[in-house]
Amino acid sequence: MSAEPITPAASEGSFLSAALSNRSFVAGLIITGLIAAMAIVSFVWTPYDITRLEVANRMQGLSWEHPFGTDHFGRDILTMIMIGSRNSIAVAIVAVGIGMGIGVPLGAWAAARGGLVDEALMRFNDLVFAFPALLSAVLITAIFGPGAINAIIAIGIFNIPVFARVARAGALAIWPREYILAARAAGKGKARITIEHILPNVASMLLVQGTIQFALGILAEAGLSYVGLGAQPPAPSWGRMLFDAQTRMMVAPHLALFPGFAIVVTVLGLNLLGDGLRDVLDPRLRRER
Amino acid sequence: MALLEIEKLSLSIGRVPILKAVDLSIGAGETMGLVGESGSGKSMTALTLMQLLPAAAKATGRVTFDGIDILAAPEAAMCRLRGNDIGMVFQEPMTALNPVKTIGEQVAEGIRWHTGASRADAEASARRMLDRVGLPEAKFPLTRYPHQLSGGQRQRVVIAIACALKPKLLVADEPTTALDVVLQKQILDLLRGLVAEDRMGLLLISHDLAVVTDMAERITVLRHGEVMEEGETAPTLAAQVHPYTRQLAEASMHVPARPNRHAAHAAGDNLLEVDAVVRDYPGRRRSLFSPAEKFRAVDHVSFSMKPGQSVALVGRSGCGKSTLARMILALDRPTGGDIRFRGTSLTAKSEAELKPFRRNMQVVFQDPYGSFNPRHTVERLVAEPLHLLDRQPSPAERRERVAEALHEVGLRQPDMDKYPHEFSGGQRQRISIARAIITRPKLVVADEPVSALDVSIRAQVLDLFAELNQKLGVAYLFITHDLTVARAITDEVMVMHDGRIVETGRTDAVLDDPQSDAAKDLVAAAPDLKRAIRRRMVEQG
Repeated sequence: MSAEPITPAASEGSFLSAALSNRSFVAGLIITGLIAAMAIVSFVWTPYDITRLEVANRMQGLSWEHPFGTDHFGRDILTMIMIGSRNSIAVAIVAVGIGMGIGVPLGAWAAARGGLVDEALMRFNDLVFAFPALLSAVLITAIFGPGAINAIIAIGIFNIPVFARVARAGALAIWPREYILAARAAGKGKARITIEHILPNVASMLLVQGTIQFALGILAEAGLSYVGLGAQPPAPSWGRMLFDAQTRMMVAPHLALFPGFAIVVTVLGLNLLGDGLRDVLDPRLRRER
Repeated sequence: MALLEIEKLSLSIGRVPILKAVDLSIGAGETMGLVGESGSGKSMTALTLMQLLPAAAKATGRVTFDGIDILAAPEAAMCRLRGNDIGMVFQEPMTALNPVKTIGEQVAEGIRWHTGASRADAEASARRMLDRVGLPEAKFPLTRYPHQLSGGQRQRVVIAIACALKPKLLVADEPTTALDVVLQKQILDLLRGLVAEDRMGLLLISHDLAVVTDMAERITVLRHGEVMEEGETAPTLAAQVHPYTRQLAEASMHVPARPNRHAAHAAGDNLLEVDAVVRDYPGRRRSLFSPAEKFRAVDHVSFSMKPGQSVALVGRSGCGKSTLARMILALDRPTGGDIRFRGTSLTAKSEAELKPFRRNMQVVFQDPYGSFNPRHTVERLVAEPLHLLDRQPSPAERRERVAEALHEVGLRQPDMDKYPHEFSGGQRQRISIARAIITRPKLVVADEPVSALDVSIRAQVLDLFAELNQKLGVAYLFITHDLTVARAITDEVMVMHDGRIVETGRTDAVLDDPQSDAAKDLVAAAPDLKRAIRRRMVEQG
């Protein structure tokens, strides 16, 4: 009462300026943007044809013709990385989509219903959490056969409890607010209140979690491809390239260097983006900047 | 030489000026009341002399405490001062204590830090201090955690922390605003006793003139960061030389005009009947297998209301009045008993069946900041209850009805497209009222609707409630611990204590001549500006 609370920074305009003055957000946005651009460009143009093998040119070092060198079949590494990024991004997007699409409604439902439903859902959540995600993904792909689709489903399933938990925690903090009571006094049902009041208020938390899960998804896909359970050859993928390079580390280290570098930069960029987003979207942190 | 001397203190945060040439002095053992409305710079003054300002703040002028130039003092020197020579009591006892440390640790912390005492010695002095603030060892061992204490008890712990080292100056920033009147009186008595015993100077920050008159010898009135008036409390408030002082004093004693107050409910059927309503909550389980103990929040409450009647439900915090209100609004189901609205029972109805009833009863909440979804426009917020109508209005009709409701509460049509954070507390409470009356309800339940507002705004909002009662014939159930609100706007009052209604009657009759102990406590504790001024005048001759 004595100190008027400082109103959270007002409108969309100030969101943009706050976002652009946040260094990690801008850095993350640029890196992520470049990777995404690379993936999009690869649809219309790549330096070389990926399916043509030129064994004569195998394992060349860096040169003007092949900036990142060539692999053991003589394929251009840059081309493979560009096309591989499509695979990584697609897997991560769909996996995050599965996680959000199922996890968020589950979490919001658990928070709205409370009681037994909440308890049962969250204990089931704990159960899924208790399995190491990658191990279980290996299990799933081992049963249903390796391939990009199964990898996506496996990673997606393990995103569900993450989003369910975030959505539930956020929703639980909103439910006791007076404007929810007012909405109930206005006769709105739980589903409608969840859509109109709860979800918009937890959206920022979910968005931040989404970028982090996106990065983890790319890592998981690389991991699965590395052990041969992700995208199958000839489709290039970053994890697969790492695996192929492994035996030739001594002769041609650049074979492992560039796909590894691609993974690191992408994950770093997404993490920076997520970090920055969290700071930008949290008005308390924003004020101190 | 005064203990604290503030000369020409100006403060700005970024480019926003907060304080302009504030002068203020406190002698040893003297109590100074600092009053003003939200945003007048009261808290910033306190933070300046503690040097706890936000990083972007720039202060100029002179602040001398006990011979030390505070504004020039290095951080290390301030660390020695804070908690040792200057103690501070904050407004909100719920957040001023660390929830994961015991109260003993928290009181001893400052003692150990400043005096280098051993843990055992510090705990012994902490024990003595807690005894002094009224938390005896037998019931409140040092090992209690804050969540095991009530709001008033927590505020006692906060005071114990602030006074543990017998500071020369105590700064209390709205120390009782979050408490009910009975607790407020207890805490103020405690502060007065401590200050007198240890000859502490006290800077009491408050928006409540009656509280300040009761406590302080001198008063400083602050507005928009400028000192309006300064002087001895009682003469200043009695003479009301400065127009702003008069405005504040009048607003604190404001009673809205309600010409035909008893006409409305002379005849007719009951609008609302509450019949032996009980609400139990499961309490804490002692062990895994024993059944949970029940806590009875509302205990066989019965009353009835006529259309257009304005009834106050008063009681201390935790007496069950908000629980009762929720059950009346069908937001919570009673464990036993029956609630009838216009003759129909609400207790066993499904959400769909409740729709026509919800249209006729709406709610206004206490906190003007928390009762709106911050992401919706005013139009959408106010229009929310329209969803209860059988026929959904077209967007144009909807806008028209929102505009009409806003007009009725004194806001303008362009306000429709703004967001809640663009409004002040008082304006938000108007929006809240607009939302409550848009479906033309027969009953509005208002849960402490003005206790978060400044006095002058409070007077305006009370006027608005009175006017709408006259114009639209809405019946009110006012839930409050503030008797001046009850007196200002209601015809009948019900006093609630420990889940039961212990006294009912005409408002004037009950408040002037309370019969039950609970009502007597409330009336005795209620701060009353006129009485306080008179008492102080007598004391000072």
